[in-house]
Amino acid sequence: MITKRIIPCLDVRNGRVVKGKNFEGIQDVSDPVEMARFYNAEGADELVFYDITASVEERGLFTDILTRVASEIFIPLTVGGGISTLDDFDRVLKCGADKVSVNSGAIRNPEIIEQAARKYGDQCVVLSMDIKRVDGRFRLFAKGGRENTGIDAIEWAVNGVNSGAGELVVNSIDTDGVKGGFDLELLDEIAARVNVPIIASGGAGKMEDFSELFKHDGMDAGLAASIFHYKEISILDLKKYLREQGVEVRL
Amino acid sequence: MIAIIDYGVGNLFSLTASLKYLDADAIVTNKAEDIEKADRIILPGVGAFEDAIAKLKATGLVDTIIEQTKKGKPLLGICLGMQLLFEESHEYGVHKGLGLVKGIIASIDEDLEAAGIEGLKVPHIGWNALSFTANEPLFKYIKEGDCVYYVHSFYGKDCDESTIASSEYGIKITGAVRNGKVYGTQFHPEKSGEVGLNILRAFLEV
Repeated sequence: MITKRIIPCLDVRNGRVVKGKNFEGIQDVSDPVEMARFYNAEGADELVFYDITASVEERGLFTDILTRVASEIFIPLTVGGGISTLDDFDRVLKCGADKVSVNSGAIRNPEIIEQAARKYGDQCVVLSMDIKRVDGRFRLFAKGGRENTGIDAIEWAVNGVNSGAGELVVNSIDTDGVKGGFDLELLDEIAARVNVPIIASGGAGKMEDFSELFKHDGMDAGLAASIFHYKEISILDLKKYLREQGVEVRL
Repeated sequence: MIAIIDYGVGNLFSLTASLKYLDADAIVTNKAEDIEKADRIILPGVGAFEDAIAKLKATGLVDTIIEQTKKGKPLLGICLGMQLLFEESHEYGVHKGLGLVKGIIASIDEDLEAAGIEGLKVPHIGWNALSFTANEPLFKYIKEGDCVYYVHSFYGKDCDESTIASSEYGIKITGAVRNGKVYGTQFHPEKSGEVGLNILRAFLEV
């Protein structure tokens, strides 16, 4: 059966990983290629590179890094950040990305999901969403979670899948950084409405949070950044733990 | 030298990069003479069967490929490239394949439904464990239960005599096939980490 995936997310700015410290045995924790090697060796099932670039020069640096990672790490690579056109898809796919994640770009131009799915296939298009409760309703946020779009997040997810998104990244702003576990209420609500893989993001603080996540139907992957970067949890230990808990993982 | 057949289908970055990583000499080509000169052939592919077989035929390379495999040259079809090796596909209509492997390509969705299995997502995407049905040179560097990376909505069936590995997804998904020296993998070895590299390494030695 398909195994549950553990995915570290690397934020890259100016050619460097933004978060990351406390690693033993790695010389340069800020080097995205070094980090990719490390996570690959630890058993990460996929890597997400998030481009938080501010300038055109930095964007070139980002694609260089992507090319270097894809030339030596042979697991699925997802790229997000600043994707709003088919040209953006093309640019990162040519550098070795397998999937492309859209977030704000799809809010500005929802057609991009269908266009990209038609051109590259559903499996290539990941819809990433930042979601927060406002007056008891789940709302879609833009600009890295700073701006309430007023859009109903659950409807947005359903429409995204109907347009061709092959996978959803559900990031809960409410649980993000709290380390009290994933936002299972939100995730369950989305899982009940769609039939594509769901990648849960935001809130993981301990290994039990992942085993709890995978007890819920429709959850395919857990994504996290700082707990892996700060080595609070090792991916290898996490996967061993999950297997002991009866969760099928790749070891 | 390995000839990777270029017929305008799919992204070849990871495949060429993984062969380079293994120090293999590979070229991406649509020329018959390169395929004739090569020691091995790889037929890649993603997308829809009908479109892919049409594009492959349009290159005029089909006769060369079949002729070379008849001479015993090893060939590896990957993902849709494996499906093209089959006799026919039932993906949106019935389409003839190359006929190098006995069997048909069918819809996972329809067969899950026919088997009364609910709750499984299609496409079948992700890491799944391999079960071997035979002791094969392609698997000499990997072991039973190792996981490989799949992305597909259709799969090979009625191909028991050629099946050398499978994965379980409610129904039995054909993972890899072999007929003589014609190999196919439904999964992507170039995306399957160390296990995938070890499968490619073994193919370079068959």
